[in-house]
This record gives sequence, C-alpha cells and structure tokens, in this order.
Amino acid sequence: MLNNREEEFSVPTLTVNEMLEIKRFSFRMRVIKINGVLIPRGMYDTTNIREGDNIQMLYLMSGG
Amino acid sequence: MRFSEIESHLGKFTVGIAGAGGLGSNCAVSLARCGVGTLVIADFDMVEPANLTRQYYFADQAGMLKADALKKNIARINPAIKVIAHNIKLDESNIPTVFKSCDVVVEAFDSNEMKEMLVEIVQMRMPGTPVIIGSGLAGWGDNETIISRKIDDTLYVCGDESTTAGDEMPPLAPRVSIVANMQANTVIEILMNK
Repeated sequence: MLNNREEEFSVPTLTVNEMLEIKRFSFRMRVIKINGVLIPRGMYDTTNIREGDNIQMLYLMSGG
Repeated sequence: MRFSEIESHLGKFTVGIAGAGGLGSNCAVSLARCGVGTLVIADFDMVEPANLTRQYYFADQAGMLKADALKKNIARINPAIKVIAHNIKLDESNIPTVFKSCDVVVEAFDSNEMKEMLVEIVQMRMPGTPVIIGSGLAGWGDNETIISRKIDDTLYVCGDESTTAGDEMPPLAPRVSIVANMQANTVIEILMNK
C-alpha cells in the first residue's frame, strides 16, 4: 500500500530509491514511513520494500 | 466542557515550536490563548519589516530577536503562559535537548530541508512524541486546498502540500495563519485526548 492505495510492482522486493524512480517521484524533500517506521533519507538505498508493506509518503514544501 | 476546565487541562502540557516565523509565531499565539502551560520556542532570526506580512510581530519590534519578541507578545496576551525562548539555530544535535520536555512538537521551519531534518530527528530520537508538520501555504485564495491529515499517532501534516513559498508566490497572512492554526488545533486535539 502506498498512501492508502494498493500498489503493485513487478519485482518481489525493491529499495526505497528504486521505488521512487519507478514511480517517477521527483527529487524533493519528503517523509517516508514504512509500516509506521520513519526511513531517513540516508537509508533509501539500503531499505527494502516487501509484499504487504504499508508505505506513507508526504512532500515537504518550503514556506513557513 | 467549560473553558476553565479546558484551560486547566492544557496548563499541564508543554509544546515545542520549531521556528518562530509565519507558522511558529501564529501557532504559538493560538496555543497561548488556549492556555497551553509551557511553550518552548526556538529561532535564531530577527524580526524584519518584510516578516509582518504574516508573522505575529509588530513594526516596532524590527531588529529584535524573534524568540524574544514572541515571548514578549505572548506575555502581553496571556501572562500565565511559561515561555522558554531559545535564540539558536536548531540542528540534529540540539533538537532532542531543546524539545526534551515537550509533549508535542510543531514543525514551523521555512526551508524544506530543515523540515525533513526535524521530522527525522523527532521521529527517530524522540519516539512517541507527535510532530505536526506545516507543508504548503503560499499565495492567496484556494481555501479548500488547505487540509489537515493524520499519518499516524506521531505524525500529522497541515497545509496544501503543494505550493512553495517564494518571491513569485509569497506567503501571505491568511493562508499562513490558516495552516498555523490548523497545527494549533491539532495540538489541542492531541492534548485534550491525554
């Protein structure tokens, strides 16, 4: 699940970076949580997404 | 529930405000009006005339440190509120210390890199402490695009999640205050459930 919608990927597992590329999510500041755990930017390359994972992602827009 | 009961309940809690600009100053003022007992406010910047388009400061405060000016403004609104004002630039190393005693942290930075940094640090090093993000508040109109949502028990976001504030689309008082007050309203909701 990605942001409360069912998603399917053609591979059994992929890293967070790979997911961002496949979905063409642009380079921006964001927050990603997988199964309720925050994944820091430094771990996007090494954190794997698996079947059944619940992913929440939000963009952080400058201004405030 | 009567206001006196609400105020008495909120008086027990401490809320951290990371940044005292458009979001932080307006959010802090609303929380103070409601009676949140202690506010921990951190900002390194100074009040400038250009800030007055949306930040809760006054023309005669130009040149003052924001953390100090906001503390003064809150004292004039509700002298019972305790304000701990930090004139510092927040970073990975000081955030957990500055906001150590906080029941909730409000993310009120300008730059999206700082927003990301704060969320990472609070989520990873202060587990269980809810953080309320402000994201997307530029321009005017479009009231209906400004929303508030709960990601989970420790993460909330308020804003339109799409506009970037800049010279061609500046932040203006109404939308900024709406987002700041949605953040404050979310804080009150969390605290009233404690």
